[in-house]
Amino acid sequence: MGALLASQIVQTVVLGAALLGLISGALGAFALLRGQSLLGDTVSHAALPGIVLGFLVAGGRDLGAILTGAALSGGLAALAVIAITSRTRLKPDAALGVVLGVSFAIGVVLLSHAQGQSGAASAGLSAFLFGQAAATLRSDLWIMGGLALVALGILGLIWKEAKLASFDPDFARVIGLPVGRVQAVLTVMVALAIVAGLQMVGVILMVALLIAPAAAARQWARSLGAMVLLSMGFAVAAGVIGALISAGARGLATGPVIVLVATGFVVLSMLCAPERGLLWQALARRRRARNLRSDQVLGTIHALSRAHDDPDYPAEQGMLRLEHRAATDAALSDLTARGLVRETTHAPETTPHWQLTPKGHARAEALEKGGRDA
Amino acid sequence: MSDLHEPQFALHVEDLTVTYGAEPALWDIDLDVPPGVMAAIVGPNGSGKSTLIKTVLGLVTPVAGHIRLFGQPIGRMRKRIGYVPQRSTVDWDFPTDVLDVVTMGLYGQLGWFRRPGARERDKAMGALRAVGMQDYARRQISQLSGGQQQRVFIARALVQEADLYFLDEPMAGVDRPTEDIIIALLKSLRDQGKTVIVVHHDLSTVEQYFDWLVMLNTRIVAQGPLIDTYTPENLRQTYGHSAALIRG
Repeated sequence: MGALLASQIVQTVVLGAALLGLISGALGAFALLRGQSLLGDTVSHAALPGIVLGFLVAGGRDLGAILTGAALSGGLAALAVIAITSRTRLKPDAALGVVLGVSFAIGVVLLSHAQGQSGAASAGLSAFLFGQAAATLRSDLWIMGGLALVALGILGLIWKEAKLASFDPDFARVIGLPVGRVQAVLTVMVALAIVAGLQMVGVILMVALLIAPAAAARQWARSLGAMVLLSMGFAVAAGVIGALISAGARGLATGPVIVLVATGFVVLSMLCAPERGLLWQALARRRRARNLRSDQVLGTIHALSRAHDDPDYPAEQGMLRLEHRAATDAALSDLTARGLVRETTHAPETTPHWQLTPKGHARAEALEKGGRDA
Repeated sequence: MSDLHEPQFALHVEDLTVTYGAEPALWDIDLDVPPGVMAAIVGPNGSGKSTLIKTVLGLVTPVAGHIRLFGQPIGRMRKRIGYVPQRSTVDWDFPTDVLDVVTMGLYGQLGWFRRPGARERDKAMGALRAVGMQDYARRQISQLSGGQQQRVFIARALVQEADLYFLDEPMAGVDRPTEDIIIALLKSLRDQGKTVIVVHHDLSTVEQYFDWLVMLNTRIVAQGPLIDTYTPENLRQTYGHSAALIRG
């Protein structure tokens, strides 16, 4: 690992992955909240024809030309989706599907054409399909660093406008915010984030690096700021870990590895996050069910003691079990722990009996009055 | 102030037509709402009630028409207008809390690059107290009931300190206490001289809540003080025959 990190290629890769994570994590949060996940996927697939054309025009692997081409064809695809949705009766998902398919097909045709023509020189191009971390150059870092700086700077400046335009665009318009422009800026920045990640993650899976960290972050966050920061954290971690694995085991495509790591974060968050996590919810359900059973047992003992006009009436455990048609041990030990009942004996019987404490009486009466929160 | 002899209406609409596709949603609407009233816009489903206020607020572009708020175009009046959209138009799973949403009502007054601070938070807390939600300030909005969501939206409109309020179905799907709180608040706004215009769906409460009525069914059927407009004949024209029963 130490030797791996000392390598200059690996340092470049790790830095690049981290910068990419900053951009895609921050903008992915907005893309997710605005329901633009699939638009991101279309833009990223539609970048392929631009990548190949950029390569052909520049006559070699010039990242500036390639990314410019990617941004142009990706942007064109986004405009096509908007035009199709507003001018025809096609639903947005169909428009996205059509544009994604057509532009990716054009990209693959162009790619095979370029490879047939210039052979070895264009071999690196297919790396844009699944990404190749090791292909990252020192000079590429400046481009990505610049993109990250610009994207985060703009986001900081228009933070509250971006928040309101994402949460409630109608209200934002009524109070006079230029919602159309704010949304356009956000969409353009999502497209830039995608373009920034094409080399490392590839056109096919780039959307996952945009959306997965944001989806994981949504599970934990209680504010938009926290969600954006967490999403950036997840994306940086996924990028760095994935790029390291890929660079360490030569030949593993970087994109899929990064995406698998990011998906791991999503699964963990879906399971474990407080309040929203599945495990947390299952535990809460069980806790509620147990409380309910405890309350029912408490109510039974209370009813028995009232029926016998004896506040200390000892209820026999076997009878409680019959009454509730279920084991009452858990409920009784829960009630004992909370000081609501105590175990007692009722000579000459030897079986365990239970009676209410004064606190238990108070709670049973409160429950009877319908005070669920008692 | 050139036309002093023309009465200054809070809302003045002339020859307004809006279409969705080929179908007219609003047809040749002429409408005047005087300041200081609490007005209901009523009409059957699909009669264009929401479209009318969305067009007035500039959210829907009309085919034709002329709209003035206190004699001015909407662009100059944004700081004097409060708006409560339908609850269902936003994603209540957005990661934010109640206080933050109410503070959003002040974003228009804050201007670019300025973040809300202590002053804005105090104002928002005051509005939350007015709707009885002060104990929920830090609650995630995803955990609110329908009535609580609506109260948060009302509080957000209150901090706008507007002169003219538009509310789109604020009583839809809310509990009784919430409806009472909302109506009391709206009436007190009206009593302070503000104008309140409400898209309303429940005919059984129209007489109790409002003093001005706009009856709409793509065209204006009737408008004016409630006493003059809330008649069986107008109801029949707005809703068809079924409505004659509603007014027991």
